[in-house]
Amino acid sequence: MSDTKITGLPPYALALDMAVVDELDGVPVIGMPFADKVQGRPGFLHGGAISGLLEMAAIAAIHRALQAKGSDSAIKQVNVTIDFMRGGVGQMTYAVGEVTRLGRTMANVEARAWQESRDKPIAMGYMHYLIKAKREA
Amino acid sequence: MAFGKPELGSLIPGGTAFDPALVNKLMGKFGHGGFLDMEYVGHGEDWVELAIDWREDLVADPDTGILASAVIISLMDNATSMSIWTKLGEFRPQVTMDLRIDYLRPSPSGERVYGRGICYHLTHSIGFVRGFAHNGNPDDPLAHASGTFIRVGDRVG
Repeated sequence: MSDTKITGLPPYALALDMAVVDELDGVPVIGMPFADKVQGRPGFLHGGAISGLLEMAAIAAIHRALQAKGSDSAIKQVNVTIDFMRGGVGQMTYAVGEVTRLGRTMANVEARAWQESRDKPIAMGYMHYLIKAKREA
Repeated sequence: MAFGKPELGSLIPGGTAFDPALVNKLMGKFGHGGFLDMEYVGHGEDWVELAIDWREDLVADPDTGILASAVIISLMDNATSMSIWTKLGEFRPQVTMDLRIDYLRPSPSGERVYGRGICYHLTHSIGFVRGFAHNGNPDDPLAHASGTFIRVGDRVG
């Protein structure tokens, strides 16, 4: 069983067998294998599991962006909007986040989940995060 | 997609009104709902309340034990989806079109989380929903949700 301290992924993500499987432009790609525990209607992914994958990808992207700035700020999620575009079928699902704006007090992040091709997203997530500075630089 | 399972229709007794308690028993035994162990709490004319018990493997941060926010999404997805069938009085296949969650505060370590989904409007093909999550006191919500579901396969009216 993977450990949060080693993988950087929270227990929730590890329980659903999510893992960092790749990098795209320096941003971690999170993968989630298909299994009964992420299934909604038979043969299809549950919307909540897709949303969880999107949130993990978004958090990974924002951590990477903060690291690049040399920031040790903590983040707090304010909200999320998920658009479901296609049914997720019984195969591996991938997600990657993109920080569209990183400010001093908040960040806008988008995350995309796909299976066959990145051009055909099964869902998109749009998130706002509060940036909480641990100490003044 | 939420559990807009056409297959579920065959499990529900025909000619009877939609029963959220019974349906949650069917759905809570397998899949993602089973993994989260979602329980039926109550329902009204246009609302359904479900709950998930805190568990170590559902947390976002092992140091604080706060629940992963995605658990709240799954809870609200299921509760709002079922509120549509409850208002409609019968099961119709549908999928989640979009869902927005505002996180007012974290769900603390050890606390059971409740999600109440409300269907406030139905058209021929769309169910408009909202809802909120709390830890036992509905007057102290931890998240608010709003979203839309689209009916697939058939239409009402």
